[in-house]
This record gives sequence, C-alpha cells and structure tokens, in this order.
Amino acid sequence: MHYQKYRLIVPFLLPALALYGVFVLYPYAQAMYLSLTGWRGLSANKPWVGLDNYQRLIEDERFREALTRNAQLLVVLPILTIAIALTFAALFTQGGQAIKGAGFYRIVFFFPQVISAVIVGMLWSYVYNPNIGLLNGVLDGVGLDALQQSWLSDRSLVLWAIVAVAIWSSVGFYMVIYLAAMQSIPTSFYEAATLDGASRWTSFRDITFPLIWETIRTTAVYLGIFALDFFVLVQVMAGGSTTTIARRAEVAALYLYNEAFDDNRWGYASAIGVALLVLTLLLSIVFLRLAKRETYEY
Amino acid sequence: MSAEAIRPFDEARGAVPTVAAVGSGRRSWLFGGIAQTLLILWTLMVVFPFLWMIVSAFKSNPEIVFSPWQLPDTLQWGNFERAWTEAGIGRFAVNTLIVLAGSLTGTLVISAMAAYVLARFEFPGRQFIFYLFLAGTMFPVFLALVPLVFLVQDLRLFNTYQGLMLVYIAYSLPFTIFFLTGFMKTLPNEVGEAAVMDGAGPYRVFFDVMLPMAKPGIIAMGIFNFLGQWNQFLLPLVLMPNPDRHLLSQGLAALAIQQGYQNDYGALFAAMTITMVPTLVVYIIFQRRLEAGLTAGALKG
Repeated sequence: MHYQKYRLIVPFLLPALALYGVFVLYPYAQAMYLSLTGWRGLSANKPWVGLDNYQRLIEDERFREALTRNAQLLVVLPILTIAIALTFAALFTQGGQAIKGAGFYRIVFFFPQVISAVIVGMLWSYVYNPNIGLLNGVLDGVGLDALQQSWLSDRSLVLWAIVAVAIWSSVGFYMVIYLAAMQSIPTSFYEAATLDGASRWTSFRDITFPLIWETIRTTAVYLGIFALDFFVLVQVMAGGSTTTIARRAEVAALYLYNEAFDDNRWGYASAIGVALLVLTLLLSIVFLRLAKRETYEY
Repeated sequence: MSAEAIRPFDEARGAVPTVAAVGSGRRSWLFGGIAQTLLILWTLMVVFPFLWMIVSAFKSNPEIVFSPWQLPDTLQWGNFERAWTEAGIGRFAVNTLIVLAGSLTGTLVISAMAAYVLARFEFPGRQFIFYLFLAGTMFPVFLALVPLVFLVQDLRLFNTYQGLMLVYIAYSLPFTIFFLTGFMKTLPNEVGEAAVMDGAGPYRVFFDVMLPMAKPGIIAMGIFNFLGQWNQFLLPLVLMPNPDRHLLSQGLAALAIQQGYQNDYGALFAAMTITMVPTLVVYIIFQRRLEAGLTAGALKG
C-alpha cells in the first residue's frame, strides 16, 4: 500500500516542483548572488564586489528619490482605495435590501480589474492627453476649464495622475472582497442593533468594521505591496521617454528596469531588486503586527 | 478554506443584512438617493473611458482630434483592418493564443495533480511543500526578472513559444495550487474510497473520480489564469523581444511608442478594443465563478 502511495505522490508532484524550482525559486536565489557582483551582462565574467552595490544604493540619490515616491504611494494608495471601496461596499449592504441595481454596479465596478494594465495605462494616457483627451473636455464642459492641465507632462502632477488611475482600477476588486466578507456576518447582529436603535452609521462602525477588520488588514498588505512594486502603469504612462518629466514618476521598480534593460547594469539592478524584496517582506510583517487588534470569533 | 463560504454575493439568497427599520422612512429614502448618486457617478467614471475608446475606434483621425464628443459620421472599419494587419495585432493575437493554449492546459493539469496529492495524502514534507508554493504568491515577478532572462537564454528558450509557456506555468502554479488544494479538501472522500474498494488504482481514482468532482474549482482557475496570462506584460516584454513573436499587451505597448502609430489614433484605439474585448466577454460570462476565485485568496490570505 505504501509503495503504491508513493508511486502516485512522486510523479504527481514532480512536474510542479521542477517548474517552480527552475523558473521561480532559482531566479530569486540567483538574484541574491548577482547583487553581490558587478556584472554588466556583456561577458560571462561576473566580478565579485561584495556589498559594494548596496553601499552605492544607500548613497544613490536617484534611488532615494524613487523610494520616496514609493513611500508616498504607500500612504496614499491603500488609504484612498480602502476608503472608497469600503464606502461602496457599505452602500451595497446597508441600504435596507440589496440596493437597486446592485448586480449591475458590481459587474461594472470590476471591469478595470480584468483589463490589461497596459490597456488601462494607454487608455488613460489618452484621457489625460491635453489635445484629444476626455478629462480636459469634461472640465471644459462643466465650466471648470481653469482646472485644465497637461496632466502627464506636468512635473508635480504626473505621479499623482498615474496613482489616480491605479485607484480607479483597484476599487472594484476590493469592494467585491469587502462585500464577500460582510456577507458572512450573521444578519441577526444587525437586527439586534436595530432593535437597540442603532443608526446605520453606528451599525457599520460597531458591527461591520470590527468584524471585517481581518480582511481590511489583509487588503492593506496587498495594497502596500502593490505600492512598493508599482510598475506597469508608470512604465506605460511615463516610462516610454526618458525626459525629465518622466523621471519625476520613476518609482523603484522602474529604476530597476531601466538599470537592467537600458543600461545593462545587471548586478546593480539585482541589488535594487533584493532591497525591494526585503522592504516588501518587512512591510508585510510590520503591517500585520501594527494592525493587530482583538479579532472576533463568531 | 472552503469554496462554499466564499461564494460571491448572491442576490437570490438575499444575503444582504437587512436594516430596513433603521431611521424614519424619509431618512432611508435620502440614504438611498445619495447611495444611488454615488454609485452612478462611479459607474460613469468606469464606463465612460472604455466607451470613448470603443467609439473612437470607429472614427477617422480628424474626427478624433477635432470633434472628440461626436459620434463618427461613418463607421471606420478600416481602423480595425489597419490594426489587425499593418500594426500586427492579428499576429500578436495568434501568438497569444498559441502560448495560452499550452500554458493554460499545463497550468491546470500540473496544478490539479499537485493539489490532489497535497489535499488527499499524508506524507512527510507535505506542509513544507504547500508553504513553499504559498510563498510564491507573495513575491512580485520583476524581482526575478534579471536572472530569469539569462536562465531562459541558457536553456535556449529565449524568443520561443515553449519557453514562455513554461515560465507562465511556473508563475501561475503557486496561486492555482493554493486554491485547488483548498478546494479539493472540501470534496467528500467517500466516492474515492468506494472506487478503491472496487479495485480502482490511484490513477483511475484521480481521473475518474477526483477530476470530475473538482471541475468547478478547475474552471474557476481556468478563467482566472486566462485573464492573468492574456494580460501578462512583463514576462513577454523581457523574454520575447522578437517583434514577430510579440504577444498582445506587449505588442500594444510597443505600438503606442512607435512613431508611425503615434498619429494614427483610430488604429490604436481599434487595437486596444480588439485586445480588450475577449477579456470583457469572458468576465461577463463567468463573472460569479471568477469573483469566487479572486476573492478567495484575499479573504483567507
């Protein structure tokens, strides 16, 4: 019997383990090693430089600026996305019966999530376009033409214009997650609260919010990782050119990409990657610790 | 993790907490009004850009530039023709389909086999292997990009369909295995045991009993991975630089930068529409199953 069992276990696990080991685990391990070399990719020669790359990283002004942008995203992206998504989820589930059109809103809000980030980025590049774009057109139409901007070519606006798109495309996904979490709260809790004369807001604050706190925390970590590893939208919306304006939106992952694939500094790029990986892990741990509060079993 | 507990929002089940008695009738009415206004506003914000894109795909270039708010005089099907042939979207679509045919099949078969073993058998190292895969759901792809490029080159898989298929499978495994393991754990054991009693070998049990039972979970992961792999951008960007082998997202991004297409807005909008429509159709058809899959990881993560 034992013999027979392993005759199944081994061949069933092997393909998955082999592919995962070769194409996922090995490259991560290799990145750690490369980060200790000064490899430029031109020759097989990978000169060992020890921690020099990391030393340089600490003094690198461009890296620090990129990381500062990630830090800004780290605050703005989770807070705004969670706030908007939670508001919508609450509107869905607390307005008496399911709000009219709930099924429709739910499908529509989720749209941006199933569409390639490349298309989302390109589409919004055109929405922001000062000549043919929708946004300035809408502002003009509602009499706010004073607010018209050339959004993606303004030094101080470019990053935030891109972040707005990230929030726009994430809200529906997180709303669906919160809805699923809220669904598992027994209706009797709300009925009891209503009998006690609780308002809609107090029921949300005292019942819904604490009971889905676990989920909010998890999504905050997801959004935090998204902010630290922010890449595709910036690459598509501002990465095509290396102008000074595009530089204003350069986040750490884009810097890594430019160093590796434009300048062939593979060793240094790997060090950036490892630094980001460490920051990502630290963030997850710190966040889960900080956000720990009493959880409720029900 | 049970698939049952995370079934997506279902109006028919009336799963929404009822707080109808809150406040006076007028306050409820006011709340409903504000809620509807906010929801409609966001709907417009989501739908409008996509509609604008699709409408623009049917307009001539002067129309796009000079009358952005009007519908096209005549439908410019030529935009789609230029996008499909000259811009190469047709070729990119074929490449994408080739890669996905291999990678989706591979992802589902290999994950189902591994998940079955992890869900149904006791053996030393089982937990460790499960968490090893789980760890892979945490790390973003680009941290491994640099070594991955050289590894794929060394294996002589650079610029090949097979190479991209293998890499897609490898990066889809962690979440798919995580999800399917949980799913298979919720399935009843008795049918399989009965089959063993009847003398069915372990392979027969897997193919004739387990796979049919696990079909809903496998379909959910099929849709989830279809969308993820169809939209994948980074991996082909670095592993398929040959323009003849470009996939859709990657080809689109390249088009947007190319001089020749920067002024042919019509063809560009058409190309974006062609790339977007399959994902929207798949999403609308399989909406509920997909949401179950997508939210499962986040809820239990």
